[in-house]
Amino acid sequence: MRKALLSAVSLAALAAPAAAQGSDDLVKVGILNDQSGGYADFGGKYSYEAALMAVEDYGGSVLGKKVEVVTADHQNKADIASNIARQWYDTEQVDAIMELTTSSVALAVQALSQEKKKITITTGAATTELTGKQCSPYGFHWAYDTHALAIGTGGALVEQGGDSWYFLTADYAFGYSLEENTGAVVKEKGGQVLGAVRHPLSTTDFSSFLLQAQASGAKVIGLANAGLDTQNAIKQAGEFGIVQGGQRLAALLFTLAEVHGLGVESAQGLTLTESFYWNRNEESAEFGKRFMERTGAMPNMIHAGTYSAVLSYLKAVEAAGSDETEAVSAKLHELPVEDVFAKGGKVAPNGRMISDVYLLEVKKPGESDVPWDYYNVLATIPGDQAYLDPAQSGCPLVTN
Amino acid sequence: MMTIFGIPTAALFGQLLVGLINGSFYALLSLGLAVIFGLLRVINFAHGAQYMAGAFAALLLLTQTGIGYWPALILAPLIVGLGGALIERTMLSRLYKLDPLYGLLFTFGLALTLEGTFRWFFGTSGQPYAPPAALTGAVNLGFMFLPVYRGWVVVASLAVCLGVWLLIEKTKLGAYLRAATENPVLVQSFGVNVPLLLTFTYGLGAALAGFAGVLAAPVYQVSPLMGSNLIIVVFAVVVVGGMGSILGAIVTGYLLGIAEGLTKVFYPEASNIVIFVIMAIVLILRPAGLFGKDA
Repeated sequence: MRKALLSAVSLAALAAPAAAQGSDDLVKVGILNDQSGGYADFGGKYSYEAALMAVEDYGGSVLGKKVEVVTADHQNKADIASNIARQWYDTEQVDAIMELTTSSVALAVQALSQEKKKITITTGAATTELTGKQCSPYGFHWAYDTHALAIGTGGALVEQGGDSWYFLTADYAFGYSLEENTGAVVKEKGGQVLGAVRHPLSTTDFSSFLLQAQASGAKVIGLANAGLDTQNAIKQAGEFGIVQGGQRLAALLFTLAEVHGLGVESAQGLTLTESFYWNRNEESAEFGKRFMERTGAMPNMIHAGTYSAVLSYLKAVEAAGSDETEAVSAKLHELPVEDVFAKGGKVAPNGRMISDVYLLEVKKPGESDVPWDYYNVLATIPGDQAYLDPAQSGCPLVTN
Repeated sequence: MMTIFGIPTAALFGQLLVGLINGSFYALLSLGLAVIFGLLRVINFAHGAQYMAGAFAALLLLTQTGIGYWPALILAPLIVGLGGALIERTMLSRLYKLDPLYGLLFTFGLALTLEGTFRWFFGTSGQPYAPPAALTGAVNLGFMFLPVYRGWVVVASLAVCLGVWLLIEKTKLGAYLRAATENPVLVQSFGVNVPLLLTFTYGLGAALAGFAGVLAAPVYQVSPLMGSNLIIVVFAVVVVGGMGSILGAIVTGYLLGIAEGLTKVFYPEASNIVIFVIMAIVLILRPAGLFGKDA
């Protein structure tokens, strides 16, 4: 039933006539992400607010043109996302699309945008493919990727003695990519991978999988999934006494939004990696408070990353003296990224924005009275170590 | 260590037990659907949303008024049941004379509205709900670690399933209900208030979903999406059991839970489709379902 309704909507989107494109006196940014599914707190309307904040902080206009932000829900479906992107480019004069939670969606929209010669800055998706074999001269990847998460969480836990791993992996591209990257880091550091079990996306009950992970005897159970799946897995691991039994849980993609949803009672002691934490210094705390006033939540790395992406885009338009794609892309590659999210960030030739990531640990209940103050920062990992060397990314645009 | 098909027996028993626990949720939810379909001929698409509403009712009772798990186990289903009765009386009852498709579309719309409303207020990552102190901890059974709360889920759902079955098959009220579906005009002429019976039935079905929601709250994250992730499986259970068959819904719920648990041992990737494969096979061989009366 839902399918039928959705296809009707998609058809309507397809049938929309393509209007002639022309120069306009607007700079228009589209925030395309999941606003109703399992990742709606991970990015969702909060990312849209972050984009609005960036525009306001920049003064609302660039080169004398008004800046506008539009947003839509892609429901985690690549076909729906492509239709919306096409319509935005063809009839609504959108200049750049950002956020793009879910790897399959980000890859589809980045490819379409390359064909249409438009800029995308992905902040919500994880796959390294975006800046690897499928990289685009107009495609950029901000905030994080599976490689950075693997280096952060995987590397740190092996160093602390967690040298045997068992993976609980979401059965789609993102899960595989995360499992593969993390497994490689574990082996490189001298650890071993004992096995993995694949679970379907949006599984509600993890007990069977957790029992298999428990039986494996691995010291670390790596959760190569995201959103509600990870939350349910952690909660149920508590029931089966996995942590009491001496095994450690590693949530490979877990952000402040999910920690808040799960509660520190269940999440305490969890090790995770993010590229932003609001309570890290004064500047980030000030940004966090402003964000909180607008949205009722503190920002995670996706939200702060989206803020940085929009701001960087506007700076690049200003520097290029035009919103023409080729010129803006060149400036995005050239300019350093300096804002609340990144210090001394730089964009590699494959489109990867390289800045520091943080290894974090969730505090115990009662350890802090400040609302949303959930993390202890264990280590800062320099961007050059966290992200894949562009020369090895497999991106054809990198020449050396 | 003993093995069967290369799987250690300990793991196998563990998975069978886990299947039984999941089966409890399937049974409880499909029971409510079967009651509503069997007596009202309405395909209640809002069932998942009512299950979610039950979990949220328990959560809000706790956070807003400090009412704990045990009272919530009674109160939350009552709230959801009354909400269901109100909806039946004011809206759904107007659709009985029309094609069943209208009821389906109405309840589908209701589900979307409910989910959207909760999403607006609570976001999608949901909220935690702690199990009651008496049911925390776990027992080591030798072959697996059984959380006490999961054991309670099996006991509670078996008791409620049995209770509802007895209510409908063995009591006078149940006899009225069944008679009212067979021939409403005749039953009305005996002085029985048929519309009231139908309202009660829909309320009962919704309350069952609400009860399952409260049971699920400590196990799963309380999230607006928790119902839509489950409802499709539950529909498959009802189809396999035979639309409207109450005993069929209960037995099939447990059987499919176990089938799913076993699949997770042998080929985990298929665990979310195995129920639909079974559904397809049953539909080919016995179109009315395993316990359907029209076969």
